[in-house]
This record gives sequence, structure tokens and C-alpha cells, in this order.
Amino acid sequence: MNLFLDAFAWLADPANWTGPGSIPQRIAEHLWVSGVVLVIASAIALPIGALVGHSGRGREPAVMISGGLRALPTLGVLTLFGIWIGIGLAAPVISLVILAIPPLLAGAYAGFESVDRRTIDAARAMGMRELQVVGKVELPLGMPIVVGGIRSATLQIIATATLAAYIADEGLGRFIFTGLKTRDYGEMLGGSILVILLALVIDGCFALTQRVVVPAGVRATRTAELRSRPTRPRTVVGRPNTEGNQE
Amino acid sequence: MNWLWSNLDLVGELMLVHLALSVPAIILSFVISVPIGWLAHRYRWSRGVLLSICGLLYAIPSLALFIALPAFTGLSLRSPVNLVIALTLYGIAVIVRTSADAFDSVERDIRQSATAVGYSATGRFWGVELPLAGPVLLSGLRVVIVSTVSLATVGAVIGVQSLGSLFTDGFQRGIQVEIITGIVATIVLALGLDALSVMLGRLLMPWTRRGASNGRAAAARRVREETA
Repeated sequence: MNLFLDAFAWLADPANWTGPGSIPQRIAEHLWVSGVVLVIASAIALPIGALVGHSGRGREPAVMISGGLRALPTLGVLTLFGIWIGIGLAAPVISLVILAIPPLLAGAYAGFESVDRRTIDAARAMGMRELQVVGKVELPLGMPIVVGGIRSATLQIIATATLAAYIADEGLGRFIFTGLKTRDYGEMLGGSILVILLALVIDGCFALTQRVVVPAGVRATRTAELRSRPTRPRTVVGRPNTEGNQE
Repeated sequence: MNWLWSNLDLVGELMLVHLALSVPAIILSFVISVPIGWLAHRYRWSRGVLLSICGLLYAIPSLALFIALPAFTGLSLRSPVNLVIALTLYGIAVIVRTSADAFDSVERDIRQSATAVGYSATGRFWGVELPLAGPVLLSGLRVVIVSTVSLATVGAVIGVQSLGSLFTDGFQRGIQVEIITGIVATIVLALGLDALSVMLGRLLMPWTRRGASNGRAAAARRVREETA
């Protein structure tokens, strides 16, 4: 437990809370970089995902991109852009954007796709135009899943922004790398604790948001869906079992 | 390209080291999460608790976990065991949810029929529920294989050798080919293990081969895409 005492001593040291490279400044940097990356990546991935989910076209490539980019090692992307672009924030920002796109894309198309086709048909039958279908039906109903995608993208960004301190002078990861270099375990662990707290707080905010964005009408019927439904309706006595084409 | 030809030995060796880190973590996390997932499926009260714990675990940034873990285990920061434990924890965080879904995907009718023809609770688990949950479990395992192989590279920055060492070394010495080699080797390794798991799945679950579009196959597909 001595290690934790070192970390708390480091966290409690007033010298670490003021001046350049202080804890508040690193937290602000971390949040700033993560925020910028999230905005850029969302601007790219969410509209594409929405279009794919809405139209059903380009689904295969979207699945392949969001699945394939997963295998990309984050550290490899960071160091590669680090060499290409050099010192500064551009390299981490570009790599973070690339790594944040898959979860955003997957969340957006899965959210739009999750909307029952019959609900969309009903909306059309009521005379809604295409944009109204998207804005008033698909977006609200798919919102929890879209926010879920933003949530995992944000966690990914925060984690990778920590790692990005390896190639740039940025964020809470600096404490970890400085600690590694000077063999100061207190600083490393203190920095790690801050990163973990930051990630958990933000994850908690998203968990709340995900609940809030569930439309009231959906929430009212939620309880019935908690148990998984059988994928095939039970055979009713006196009626032949209709396997296959039922709808 | 010269770098690659004169360092093929190194790349091969690091691939083996990388396998030695990721394969135990993948197997351990699978073996540990299946019973936890079953618990989450079986008892409603445990579901929320277990899945929230996994969610929290998954939210912890990897580098921070690598650093914080030795404070609990007492291991050295550079110990490969430390990395394997951390990777196992992440794997568990991913598969528990999927394996709860996997057991959910077994239809109630089937469980009741199994009980009706005389299966005991244990016999039903091994003979009916586990095999039928197999395809969804496999889809969870595939996600973990890819993410674990990719995540293991991060260990290089704290001094644990793996294919990630090609990134740190390439970055410090400014050798672009070395980093690209590392990325390609990591992806090849991930896809290779993934293909292996699919083949193993076909071998162990011959009934999935016919490509029947039943509920479980659809659930497996959904899990793969959701977690992608």
C-alpha cells in the first residue's frame, strides 16, 4: 500500500497544482484535445452512419470499416503519424480522429437501423417527408444507441489521448511518461488515478445521457422488453406451426 | 525496406512473444467470463451489478490500468504477467456481456423441453445451453481476440516486449518501415487468430455450418456488428 501513499502524496503536493504542466492544466488539455477530436470525428462519422442506417445502402462497407479499423493498434497509428507530422498536436489529433470513427459509425448506423421498419412505414403513411422521418422518428428512437456509440468513442479517445502523451506534450499521460522516465512511481500512479477518475466520471455522464434521451413513449413500454423474447412465437394449439415466413 | 529484410528474425521473434502475451489472456478471459455471463443471465439481480462492473472496467484507459495494476498485485511494472492480467480483465469486461446475451439467446422452449426429457440442471447446461449459446459466445471471443492482440502493443511503452516494441523503437529511431511492419504484423496476427477461432467453432459446432438463419445466428451477427 506504500505505492498508493506515494501516489496520494504526489496528488496532495501543492506544487503539482500550480504553474505550467500542473494537474489542472493537464486535465484541461486532456479534455480540450478529446473534445476537439470528438467534434471532428462526429462531424465525419455520424452523418455517414445515419445515411447508411437510413437508406440501408453501403451497409457492408460500413460494417467492414468499423470492424476492420478495430484491429489497428492505436500505438502504431500514433507513432506513425508522430514520425510523419512531427512534434505538436496535429499528429495525436489526426490519429485520435481515425481511431474514434469506427465506434461512432457503428453507433450511428446501428441506431438508425434499430428503428422498426413498420414505425417508419407508419410515419410515411402519415405523410411525413424523408427529412421528417429522419429527424422526428429515426433519430429520437435510435438516439440511445447513437449516444452509446458516442460514449464508447469518447472513452476510446480519452484512453488514447493518454497514450498520445508518448508522442506529444499533451494531457494527463505526461505524468505517466515523466514518472516512467524518472522512475517516480508516485507520479505515474497519481497520473493514472486521475485518468481513471476522468474516464469514469465522463462514462457516468454518458450513462445518464443515454437514459435521458430515451423517448417518453418508448420508456413507457420498456418493462415488457426486459426479458428476451423468443425469436419464434410459441406454437399455438390448433394451428399449424408456421416455421419460416411468418410476417 | 532494407530494415525489414535485415530484421525478419526480430519480427518473427516478437510475433511469438506477442502470441505468448495475448493467447493466455484471451483463453483466460473466455474461461472466466462464461460462468460470470451465465450468472448474469440466470439471476436477474446479478445482471445489473455484473454488467455495470464490466462496464466500469472497460472504461478504464489501458495505460492507466497497466500502471495501476502492480500497486495491487505487487508485481514489477515490466513483468509480462502484469500485462496478461490487465489484458484478461479487459477481455472479461467484453465477453461477460456477450455471454449473458448468448445464454439469453437460447429459447425458453428449448430449455423447458430439455428439462422435460429429463436433463438435470448441470446436464442441461453442458448438453443444451452451452452448445446452443456457442455461436454468440464465439462472436464475443472474436471481438476479444482482435482487441487483445491490438491492446497488447501498448505494453511496449512501459517496457514489456511485444510487437509494440517495433512502434516505440521505430518512433525513437525514426524508422517508418519498422512502425508499418509492426502495424501489419499486429493485424496479421489478429486476423490469423480470428480465422483460427472461426475454424475451431466450425469444428466444435457443426450445426452452424449449414448457415441456417435461425435466431442464434442472427443474435451472433448482431453482437458482432454492435461491438464492431
